Amino acid sequence: MLEIKNLHVSIEEKKIIKGLDLSINKGEVHALMGPNGSGKSTLSYVLSGKDKYEINDGTIDYNGKNLLELDVDERANEGLFLAFQYPMEIPGVQTSFFLKTAINSKRKYLGQSEMDALEFAKLMKSKAEELNISTEMLKRDLNVNYSGGEKKKQEILQMSMLSPKMAILDETDSGLDIDALRIVSEGVNKLRNNDNSFLVITHYQRLLNYIKPDFVHIIADGKIVKSGDYSLALELEEKGYEEISQTA
Amino acid sequence: MAATEQTIKQVNTLGSSDYKYGFSTEVDEIRPSKGLNEEIIKFISAQKDEPEWMLEWRLNAFKVFNKLPKPQWAKLNIPEIDYQDCYYYSIPKSLKDKPKSLDEIDPEILKTYEKLGIPLKEQKMLSGIAVDAVFDSVSVATTYKKQLSDLGIVFCSISEAVKTHPELVKKYLGSVIPVSDHSFAALNSAVFTDGSFIYIPEGVRCPVELSTYFRINAMNTGQFERTLIIADKDSYVSYLEGCTAPMRDENQLHAANVELVALDNAEIKYSTVQNWYPGDKEGKGGIYNFVTKRGACRGKNSKISWTQVETGSAITWKYPSCILQGDNSKGEFYSVAITNNMQQADTGTKMIHIGKNTSSKIISKGISAGKANNTYRGLVNILSKAKNARNFTQCDSLLIGNQCGAHTVPYIESSNSDSMVEHEATTSKINEDQLFYCQQRGLNSEDAVGLIVNGFCKEVLQHLPMEFAVEAQKLVAISLEGSVG
Repeated sequence: MLEIKNLHVSIEEKKIIKGLDLSINKGEVHALMGPNGSGKSTLSYVLSGKDKYEINDGTIDYNGKNLLELDVDERANEGLFLAFQYPMEIPGVQTSFFLKTAINSKRKYLGQSEMDALEFAKLMKSKAEELNISTEMLKRDLNVNYSGGEKKKQEILQMSMLSPKMAILDETDSGLDIDALRIVSEGVNKLRNNDNSFLVITHYQRLLNYIKPDFVHIIADGKIVKSGDYSLALELEEKGYEEISQTA
Repeated sequence: MAATEQTIKQVNTLGSSDYKYGFSTEVDEIRPSKGLNEEIIKFISAQKDEPEWMLEWRLNAFKVFNKLPKPQWAKLNIPEIDYQDCYYYSIPKSLKDKPKSLDEIDPEILKTYEKLGIPLKEQKMLSGIAVDAVFDSVSVATTYKKQLSDLGIVFCSISEAVKTHPELVKKYLGSVIPVSDHSFAALNSAVFTDGSFIYIPEGVRCPVELSTYFRINAMNTGQFERTLIIADKDSYVSYLEGCTAPMRDENQLHAANVELVALDNAEIKYSTVQNWYPGDKEGKGGIYNFVTKRGACRGKNSKISWTQVETGSAITWKYPSCILQGDNSKGEFYSVAITNNMQQADTGTKMIHIGKNTSSKIISKGISAGKANNTYRGLVNILSKAKNARNFTQCDSLLIGNQCGAHTVPYIESSNSDSMVEHEATTSKINEDQLFYCQQRGLNSEDAVGLIVNGFCKEVLQHLPMEFAVEAQKLVAISLEGSVG
């Protein structure tokens, strides 16, 4: 699915990622954990194609394609989804309209006809119900005056409607209370299957109680310093980043 | 070369440009020589078979025009206009003797309107919308005439109204925009060619949208639209105008005067989607759009609402205004003005509060991209007798790129201590993070800009009649194509 080799990234001459390797296969859930400033969010932006980041070295292969050559929207339409840490507000654009536009952009890219209004309404209703999102919220402007938790639920709703192949969750747990965390995690778990993959970026082991990863990676100073299974997250919780990074 | 062939060829050679109304139609024209003088005014009046009083009115306006300087207040770079190097009248030969039915109209002209999405033939007429189609200097056809006249509604070209309803035209023409208002108003009064005339009788609510579609076709020809709408007591009308022109390298002049009169408890809703050819990316060609639009709320509880979507023209100079004479009368102005590439717009409104408890609302959204300049200019004037007058103004500007400009020039003059005036203004740049977010959801960069800008304009677009709101949204997106890299 995703194969990152020897990735070096800088922003405004400052090196952020310094030789990162990561391989994610179909059906796997990987967790990426690390302290502030370790390069976690940078990696999510580089994968989704945000500009201003300079790729100094390395390759990223995504399903046989050179990911770095694709535009932001091409990556999205090829099934790469980023659940934002800070989702953007778009005033004047109704949430349901945005969802419909996104779905139809993908269908157009794939050479399919637009989804008809009834089919769309049904899909949105069922997915929103799963996430405990009210229909009233879908009529409001996208993310405008949403609480932190509502914004994160909205990200997961978009994800479930677009059913990506490779989803990156950038600190989706931050700002969520325990109930919202459970609902969001259930939403993610429902989407898991043998054909898609997840990269879950988080500070805390807490989220991983709900979304059980197959692999856990610890990133420090722009490199993956340790990889393991779920037990590594528990070990990290106990010992802290500093000790783990040193023993690596 | 056959006209269709010619048209297809011209459309094909448009090349990089995105203006989809840029084709021209080949028709034989009746056109006197260039230049502005008493002879041409007499010629126009004679062509239209006008009564003597109308000709005198025109000639008087021409005298006034000669004395008035060009208005200078706008933040626009307007090249010197040589009024002698312009044609003032052009009509397709086939329309000289007003065709009695659509079958007598040159099929090329009918095709032009079909291409523009305005079919005039009965079986294809737009449902719920009555259309008056103006081609260069003359009205081609008006649809739904019979159905409207059964209700006592008069909807015809102004040229026809001069002959059929002289008492109404005499009473109201020039009563809202005096001939001497400024030089463009005087020029229009002297040489106006065609436009729409609407009279809604007392107590009638017009059941359909009334609409005029203006098309400039002939080269080097000015279009001088004159529209007059009168809503008698307790009546209602919603009116929409659309405008397009072929792509030409020369600039063309469109100087319109539009007057609205609302009597007691009457309401007029006037919407404009202006998409004249804006010129090319280097600023060559395009329409000079100098428009005077003014409505008088003469009766008590009357209301006039202007909604405009201004996306075309090389230069837009336009201030649809309301004179709030009647007590409790209301004026509204909702505007989206988009300038891209080298376009310039100086647009806004004047709300003149005269009666008691009058209120006005101004929502202006200006969007600049490329190297364009966009100015909001507005006046809220509350006179001493306007007790408890209210105004709310909101001006938002959005910048795309770093070579464009947005300017806001609000004037507020209040001579009354009971009045309340609010003004809010914002200027922002289109947010890169918003664009990235939309693109990450699969929208290409142009769709993303279109979506965000449409969101920005929503408060205004939602005031357009339903049938046109969707078109306007598409137009907003198209006007900004190529504005982000």
